[in-house]
Amino acid sequence: MSAARPSMTRRVLKVHLVVVYAFLYVPIAVLVLLSFNRAGLPTVWTGFSLDWYVKLASAGPILSAAKNSIIVAVGATLISTILGTMLAFGLERGRPSGLLEASLVAPMIIPDIVMAIALLTFYTMLQATLGLFTIIIAHAVFNIAFVAAVVRARLKNFDFSLIEASADLGAGPIRTFVRVVLPQILPGVVAAGLLAFTLSFDEFIIAYFTAGPGSASTTLPMQIYAMIRFGVTPEINALATVVLAVSVFALIVAQRLEPRAVR
Amino acid sequence: MTSPRLSRTILMAPGLGWLALFLLVPCLLVFFNAFYERGIYGGVDYDAFTTENFARLIDPLYVEVFLGSARIALITTVLAVLIGYPAAYAITLASPGAQTRLLILAMLPFWTNYLIRTYAWMVLLNRTGLINAGLIDAGVITEPLPLLYNEFAVILGLVYSYVPFVILAAYASLARLDRSLIEASADLGASGARTFLKVVLPLTLPGVAAGSVFVFVLSIGNFITPDLLGGGHVQMLGNLIYDQFLTARDWPFGAALSMLLIAVMMVLLFTQAVVVHRASARSGGRA
Amino acid sequence: MAFIDHKARLLGAAAAIGAGLLLASPAAIAQDAPKGKIVIGNWDGYMPPDLLERFKAATGIEAELTVHATNEEVMGKVVAGGGKGYDVLFVSAPFAQALNALKLSAPIDHAKIPNLANLYPEGSQLKYDPGNTFSVPYAWGTTGLCYRTDLVEGSPDSWAALMTPPDALKGKITMLATDRWLLGAGFKSLGFSVNETDPAKIDQARDALIAAKKNLLSYDDTTFYSKLVSGEASLVHAWDGWCNYGIAENKDIKYVIPKEGTDLWTDTMVVTSASENKDAAHAFIDFVLSEDVGKWVTENIMYKTPNKKAMEALDPALLEQFPNMKMTPAELLAQEQMVDVGQAQKAYSRTVTEIMNAK
Repeated sequence: MSAARPSMTRRVLKVHLVVVYAFLYVPIAVLVLLSFNRAGLPTVWTGFSLDWYVKLASAGPILSAAKNSIIVAVGATLISTILGTMLAFGLERGRPSGLLEASLVAPMIIPDIVMAIALLTFYTMLQATLGLFTIIIAHAVFNIAFVAAVVRARLKNFDFSLIEASADLGAGPIRTFVRVVLPQILPGVVAAGLLAFTLSFDEFIIAYFTAGPGSASTTLPMQIYAMIRFGVTPEINALATVVLAVSVFALIVAQRLEPRAVR
Repeated sequence: MTSPRLSRTILMAPGLGWLALFLLVPCLLVFFNAFYERGIYGGVDYDAFTTENFARLIDPLYVEVFLGSARIALITTVLAVLIGYPAAYAITLASPGAQTRLLILAMLPFWTNYLIRTYAWMVLLNRTGLINAGLIDAGVITEPLPLLYNEFAVILGLVYSYVPFVILAAYASLARLDRSLIEASADLGASGARTFLKVVLPLTLPGVAAGSVFVFVLSIGNFITPDLLGGGHVQMLGNLIYDQFLTARDWPFGAALSMLLIAVMMVLLFTQAVVVHRASARSGGRA
Repeated sequence: MAFIDHKARLLGAAAAIGAGLLLASPAAIAQDAPKGKIVIGNWDGYMPPDLLERFKAATGIEAELTVHATNEEVMGKVVAGGGKGYDVLFVSAPFAQALNALKLSAPIDHAKIPNLANLYPEGSQLKYDPGNTFSVPYAWGTTGLCYRTDLVEGSPDSWAALMTPPDALKGKITMLATDRWLLGAGFKSLGFSVNETDPAKIDQARDALIAAKKNLLSYDDTTFYSKLVSGEASLVHAWDGWCNYGIAENKDIKYVIPKEGTDLWTDTMVVTSASENKDAAHAFIDFVLSEDVGKWVTENIMYKTPNKKAMEALDPALLEQFPNMKMTPAELLAQEQMVDVGQAQKAYSRTVTEIMNAK
């Protein structure tokens, strides 16, 4: 009896897990399937077709939005990876105060809508011209905090005396950084950069509020939102599938980086 | 030679400066705006100081919106925890290799666009959508069920989006759990349920609390899911704020609402910090 | 998800961020659009997709389209950004008046738009802007009921079909959510003016609209006709031109103006005061008003336009297919012209917020 019970519990848990994963993946699977449906109608299967991908490849606004998203994500990632890594170093060299810690949590948990309107208000006051640049600045805000958190986790095991040792041996700060520090923290920095890139690439609300008019600063999520709101275009299924495929690829790359970090 | 203290400041200044300029200052600006009247066509009328925007927050209508969205966020959080926690527990029972794969699988939806995931539910739930069409074909129903554009759809969409979050948070604390404690409890004759309630649950509570606070805050401030799946029938605090900025053009009232949202968030985080503190004090005392 | 592990010590988070670290005043954040290119803000699908290419071919001026879902949305953006980045805005008449009141629109230089002569005389004498001083009309029409004759019993001809629908229609109706037209339905159903400013009457309309809310499938400003085509909805609150989109896909769809009367709305083109290329903006408006482009635009968007030359050149078959296209200026003017309500706009947007948030 007592031996049977845990296995019973285990079985129930296993079934639960399968159901949960089904719940998570069925909607996504439906979109992927529909992307190959000739008619594009969500209800009837009318045969396999790649037409929607062909349409997608020639859909100017979507491609230009994807390009903008890449620009924004790269810009925000560069800024936040550099500033966030520096910040992480500064924090780990001393004992950060509670206030300092709190100020680093704030950008990660503040509701998007609040950050979005705060920045819009700020830009309006400055009479700034809204565009990709204003989105990059905004995305860098939350990304700095995320990068700092990821890099700090990596720095917990970093031996800071190495820096002093290197300096004692006559190496300048840049040489010390490149030769001693960078090799140790690189996997963490890359992982943080990947996270920052993804967060920025997918971010919608803040971009929506801080973007300027026109396709010049329309990002991919903004384009998707418009497609959903203005009546559904079947290309969206193909787009979803492509985004999913790219994400899977990025995740695999990120995972491959991790074990090397341990070694 | 630079002193460590100085180099530390130099390292932190650009990052903290960025946050101060592009987060603190804008938030303070929003706070100030909440004390002025709106212009007729939008914007802020800086000649008219008022506290009316805060008074409006306790207008029964908006109190009801607030309570309504708190209720939906709470239901979402409870459901997400009830679904996510056991799933995380089930993952910890798998072999180490399988655990990694299962975690990646749980994270993967996070890496696809939020809007696309929400859209998928529109395809499934609408009156002529897949679920209704399937049920009608199967002869279960004759008239399509109203699955979309209601509270059910919004809660479903929110739970769907945030379950992976709970799984990760709960897994993080479950994985850190010292297995020997569970075995010790079992050796002492405690039943599985008793071990779970007395050992596992208290020790993983902080992680669950953290995950729950995030889910609650993300839900109550959400506007995309209610917008796309609610069809105007479900309003969250997030929608109300959104509307003040892009529809009603009442920035000052939107600013007051944002302050309310931040206040809610702080209270919750404080409560969570207390829970974590108590829990660690208790487990610390035991060890 | 590293942040889950963070011990949240969040008291006074915002205040905590390193004081004294404020950077010196930020460099101007500027991102200029290429010179000579103009940006047109219009509703999605409200002009032929290749209009801008034709404009470029005809004038050599490059133009780019940016779309909005509602007047409110584009107003929010324009008020926030001072209109920067836009050259020509398509907005409904009351919003054009608001832009003018905020000095966000530029005066229309008639010498640069000779094709204004193509308009019906009525099109230049509308109440919101007699003489086209700050706006040029693009399309006009009415708001009413658009429904599937095969799904709706009888022939609805009253606002009551939306406000107090029969059981068979409950849950199969959508209404416009954009402030002027949502309130407009409430006002007209109660016999009030579409430009009502009396607070008591606004409250009455609000209560009626809140009562109507429980019977709606959803509020919808952008996809209602596709809901009608797919059968998700049976009857929708619609602008006549957008009902035509539905009629084009399904012959069973019909448009009707409720017997209580409705509004005459006008969608206009406005040159922004922030435009750095006002000549090109005027040239664009002139291009749209020319006879053949006007005809082509009208056939494409299936909305009535105040462009007399264009309307007279239309294929008669089109008028047969879309009966509401046949309405004459005189018939249109029999409905009440929608104009800006000034101070009452505050009450309007607040009332709509209340309706949206009511249970």
